[in-house]
Amino acid sequence: MAAYEGIIADLIEELGRLPGVGPKSAQRIAFHILAADPAEVQRLAAVLTEVKSKVRFCEICGNVSEDVQCRICRDPRRDPSILCVVEEAKDVVAIERTREFRGRYHVLGGAINPIDGVGPDDLRIRELMTRLADGAVQEIIIATDPNVEGEATATYLARMLRPMGLTISRLASGLPVGGDLEYADEITLGRAFEGRRSIDV
Amino acid sequence: MYVSDLALTDFRSYAQVVVAFEPGITALVGPNGQGKTNLVESLGYLATFTSHRVASDAALVRRGSSRAVIQAKVVRSGRPATLELELVAGKANRARINRSALPRARDLLGRLRTVVFAPEDLALVKGDPDGRRRFLDELLVLLSPKLAGVRSDYERVIKQRNALLKSAGTSRRAGSGPDLRTLDVWDEKAATAGAQLIAARVTAVRGLRPHVESAYERVSSAQSAAELGYRSSLEQTMSDGDRAPGAAVTAEESLTNAHLVQARLLDAMSRLRPKEIERGVSLVGPHRDDLELQLGGLPARGYASHGESWSLALALRLASYELLRADTDFESDGEPVLILDDVFAELDNRRRARLADLVADAEQVLITSAVAEDVPEGLAGARYDVMDGAVTRVR
Repeated sequence: MAAYEGIIADLIEELGRLPGVGPKSAQRIAFHILAADPAEVQRLAAVLTEVKSKVRFCEICGNVSEDVQCRICRDPRRDPSILCVVEEAKDVVAIERTREFRGRYHVLGGAINPIDGVGPDDLRIRELMTRLADGAVQEIIIATDPNVEGEATATYLARMLRPMGLTISRLASGLPVGGDLEYADEITLGRAFEGRRSIDV
Repeated sequence: MYVSDLALTDFRSYAQVVVAFEPGITALVGPNGQGKTNLVESLGYLATFTSHRVASDAALVRRGSSRAVIQAKVVRSGRPATLELELVAGKANRARINRSALPRARDLLGRLRTVVFAPEDLALVKGDPDGRRRFLDELLVLLSPKLAGVRSDYERVIKQRNALLKSAGTSRRAGSGPDLRTLDVWDEKAATAGAQLIAARVTAVRGLRPHVESAYERVSSAQSAAELGYRSSLEQTMSDGDRAPGAAVTAEESLTNAHLVQARLLDAMSRLRPKEIERGVSLVGPHRDDLELQLGGLPARGYASHGESWSLALALRLASYELLRADTDFESDGEPVLILDDVFAELDNRRRARLADLVADAEQVLITSAVAEDVPEGLAGARYDVMDGAVTRVR
């Protein structure tokens, strides 16, 4: 973006660092901001600063929170005996939307990924072990992503937790609900076959 | 199956071209650089999403355009279907069947099957193991699309495992203890996916073997017999004492059992661990295996003459054609379209005539050649002249 100078170029460059924003989009957003009502821009700037100073990570589960502990960890109606382990805070939101899960969460902050230099110590695994020490948690659901890194993380955790005598499960991978079998790709359909279950009648 | 119509937009040298084909034999004739190969390359790409000429898709889009479109009407077991693939430089391909978009472009794989013979095939015999592994894996994916996922998972796992081994080696040399806590997990993932890949490859080799043997016999005048074997890095990491004489057949048989292979891979990885950490690479698994080609008991690579190497390369392609054609499902034939791209110029008269014999009864054969005289008489059929991007039927 050699055509722009000074502060405009800086703004475009900063916007371009955001995930999913390319140089063209960055330029469009920058000019939108220039043309926008000053009060609107003030509000945006204010929340940007606020989000960084106010939001932190829950000291128990690692989820994003405005307090020392997040809402889910503070909620007494939540079942303390079931724990769902996820990679990112956005996975908590995804599972919460299902309204199916009534236990609590543990956010790892990523997955094991040697290429990016992420090992067990870079994830919140030690915190997880500390949480399990008091014996309140009976069951663990591992809900890491169904890709190579997520599967490796799941296996690593399962191996570590097995001696503790907990019930450990992994989210099933398989067919999307409401779809047609014939439209499923071979890999998903193959996994669904491997993970088939018997029907209780 | 056969291709009845092909339309290209901004593909390679073509801004726009439409060609109608018939079942049987079709020769595309014209001087070099006029666009013959581009036509058949587009069909090969539609079938496998890879080109037999270049590794990068960017070269397939006509210079100055941002996207190329390949459309082909394919008739399979009497039923026509229009396949369409849009290549956008630097982005994922988009696919349509009968004008309706597919959620994933790779769902188009398997709708058109091709077997391409090209001058590059000589590298199957004379080149590195990498090319032979690719030959096997591409055949596997045509036979069982699920293996495309296993293959890409395996490649990813090996990348991660190598990264871990490398960093462990670095910290060991720096004097601190290497962090190997997750290596067991990567071993397990590599062994699971690797075993499936090995078992499928060995099964394919066993299926190819009789076809390669008979095709080689027919293409060459057969002074010596062609042999095909799967050389696994598992066998090589064993000490000689572990190997009983005459155990080759049972050894191969046991490699078709993914459970057994998985256990053996895990065992080999635990024995090789110090060496792997030292070298920073994964030393055992399908990525280190090879398709072994022999002529009269000697390795073809290095011992075979130029003519023998060609016969063997042709035999491999013919064998994969036979294997695919025998693989029919409940509703459609598996017979691939045969593409002979500039191969006759590479062969002597005897091999030309024999190859012509072997492919003459295929449902559809597309031949490209710079001069009409190179196409054997046995393959007389439709003929198109390709000149400066224009395709004209002359016979």
